[in-house]
Amino acid sequence: MHLLLFTIYNSIKALGWHGAFELLRDGIVLGALYSLVALGYTLVYGILKLLNFAHGDVFMVGAFIGFGVLSVLGGPLNAVLSTVPLIIVMFAVSMLGSGALGLVIERFAYRPLRNAPRIAPLISALGVVFFLESSVQLLTNSTHSEYLNYPVYFALIKPAFTVNIAGTVEPINVIAILVVGTAIGLMLALMYLVNRTRLGKAMRATAFDREAASMMGIDTDRVIAATFFIGSALAGAAGVMYGLFNSDTYYLVGFAFGLKAFTAAVVGGIGSIEGAMLGGVLVGLVENFAGGYAGGQWKDIAVFGMLVVFLLVRPTGLLGSHAIQKV
Amino acid sequence: MSETPETPKKTPPAETPEPQTSRIGVDSWVAESEARRSRTPAAVLGRGLERTPDAVKLLAFVGLASSVPFWTNEGDLYIFGTLTLLYATLGLGLNVVVGLAGLLDLGYIASAGMGAYTYAELSSPRFGLHWPAEATIPIAMAVAALVGAFLGFASRRLLGDYYAIVTLFFAQAFLFFTNTTNPGNFTGGPNGLPQLDPITFFGYKLTSTKQIYYFLLIVMALLAVALYFANKSRTGRAWRAQREDPLAAEVMSIPVNRVKILAAVFGAAIAGLCGAILAAIEGAAVSSDYGVPFLIIIYAIVILGGFGSIAGVFVGATIINFTLQFLAPQNDHPEVKRWLFYGTIVLFVMAIKPVIRPAVVLAATVGFGFAVHAIVAATWGHAWTSGVPDSGGAWIARWAVIPRLDPVTGLGHGNFNNCVYIGLVVAIVATASLKGWWRVAALVPTLYLTVLAWENMLAQNGGITAYLLFGAMLIGLMAWRPQGLLGSARVEIV
Repeated sequence: MHLLLFTIYNSIKALGWHGAFELLRDGIVLGALYSLVALGYTLVYGILKLLNFAHGDVFMVGAFIGFGVLSVLGGPLNAVLSTVPLIIVMFAVSMLGSGALGLVIERFAYRPLRNAPRIAPLISALGVVFFLESSVQLLTNSTHSEYLNYPVYFALIKPAFTVNIAGTVEPINVIAILVVGTAIGLMLALMYLVNRTRLGKAMRATAFDREAASMMGIDTDRVIAATFFIGSALAGAAGVMYGLFNSDTYYLVGFAFGLKAFTAAVVGGIGSIEGAMLGGVLVGLVENFAGGYAGGQWKDIAVFGMLVVFLLVRPTGLLGSHAIQKV
Repeated sequence: MSETPETPKKTPPAETPEPQTSRIGVDSWVAESEARRSRTPAAVLGRGLERTPDAVKLLAFVGLASSVPFWTNEGDLYIFGTLTLLYATLGLGLNVVVGLAGLLDLGYIASAGMGAYTYAELSSPRFGLHWPAEATIPIAMAVAALVGAFLGFASRRLLGDYYAIVTLFFAQAFLFFTNTTNPGNFTGGPNGLPQLDPITFFGYKLTSTKQIYYFLLIVMALLAVALYFANKSRTGRAWRAQREDPLAAEVMSIPVNRVKILAAVFGAAIAGLCGAILAAIEGAAVSSDYGVPFLIIIYAIVILGGFGSIAGVFVGATIINFTLQFLAPQNDHPEVKRWLFYGTIVLFVMAIKPVIRPAVVLAATVGFGFAVHAIVAATWGHAWTSGVPDSGGAWIARWAVIPRLDPVTGLGHGNFNNCVYIGLVVAIVATASLKGWWRVAALVPTLYLTVLAWENMLAQNGGITAYLLFGAMLIGLMAWRPQGLLGSARVEIV
């Protein structure tokens, strides 16, 4: 215990303001990605009361679709598109592809189980996780996809502008702006969709009471499919940005990332859209600061501890409301 | 893709209804009476099994299993015998948590890992402690049970779904902790803790494969008996009652949360026991052994065998372990592997009703294959069709498109394999969405693509293929037969 406290004290001293700023910056970028994936969990949980474990792997597939587009259209030798259109195409293809994957998963793994006992869709989700991971492992021969040779990578790691922190000049890269900006844009679009459009109204009604909603003439199956499409498309966008930000994807990234994004959804209050955004940033910050101050090997343990603490102290999360059990 | 003349594409969708089975929403009495009157061979066999007393079944199984060491060699005994028993024992524990109590425990294997590491700390040169197994195994079980209790307690307020995620996270944290965090080299990092003592009971060492096999058989039989009585007991009834309807159970004065946590503790203790035994057999506790792949094996066993069915666990463990071992890359019978694959495909096709369809499908697939092969050979040349499959048997290359490996790089033809695989997944999705004769027509290219994927990539990557199959099996079973092979159908009363 003494050793641990001493290590933390030393690392705080060693890192200083300059280090803290770097952790804050990277934490917010990572947190924006967690938020996007957490939104998918929260949307599906809100509407079906189902933990969609497979969501993290949809994110992973999205990252690989983005990488596939990159290697076809923007390779070091065969660059067809310049940076900006390339990134737009990556986003478009990956969001559509992941959304379609979400639709297929919903249709085959969850729709037959609408009225089954609650454990059945969870097991089905587990099956989807293994199916997707093994498929991608086969397709990529268990190799890491590295972005380092691609021109896009160099365009994105340039500093967009610099900030002066306690005497040292800190760069903020283009990729950080891209990630945070896109995440905020997508979240605003989602909030508009949920709160202002007909589809959003149908989604809210279905989440509130599926049976009553279907009696009011809402095609709940279509609303649920639309929810899966939207959530998976957000995960696909997050996957593309994760790949660009980390300059690496691997078939196992979805699992751990999905877990942390799920923690974000729980911390924010599952079922609440604003909560997912807040929780994502919180998890990103906790993970990065734990890594910075206690050492990288404590990152995952810190997030796990955060989940357990929240479940013990405030299981409804920061912004969640206490659900009343209907009989 | 070309169509062969045999493919019955012109036929309008037939009006034969899909076979009706008892479904969710059917009254339980009607479902039971339907099941009693059903005359299919599977149902007759199932009824026969049901009438056999459970003690007779267990004795028959133990008798059969104890004869195995007399007619196999050491290597096969370990791969097909000891591992099956170990998986079955682990499956028994998971069956309590998932099958009886209805909790999705995804940290089950991490509990086994806790047991393994506890055994490793106490019976190895790590701290110079060489405690005998009669002390370390109970301690390992207690440690795993304590952690199980903690996890159940942490998620007690929302013990349905949150338990799954907390345990999943625990599994991840366990791996991370033992592998990376490793404070003070306590867990030995990625290399784990080597040089463990063999299991030693009161000075009697279990070292040979046969001794370990019989030891596991005894452990498993005792556990099966214990679980049989636990299932019949008041607690067992409480587990099943709260699984079906927690609210009603609560009203009937069952302490639902306490009962759930008890199930979690029970399962974790059994996992700890198995983990300790596994570590002792392997002589090392290595964290990467207790990861997600192991978890899906045990889940596949319990789900395939049937929720809450003890006999189902044995059946599931046998099927899953044999599948795994035959697909394993080090398996030295590639011909057996191939015949098993084609046999399974033909059996699967034969299961389609009415009888005319399987014949049409098989004939059409054969014709379709020759047509595609001829077209590919004529269009892209000989190099695309003259490969030799990994498992030998060049005759198959006359029918299936197997590109020749590049003589210089040793690689296949570009993205051919990946295209075949993605095409196969799309074809399966399409087949599952169609109905009647359209589905039969779609089955033909799907089967051919399955063969192509198998011969070109799946057979070589047996380890990955196994997990792929298990994942697909979980999805398929949940949709079409959620009770597994031997489980009793649960009828939702609406």
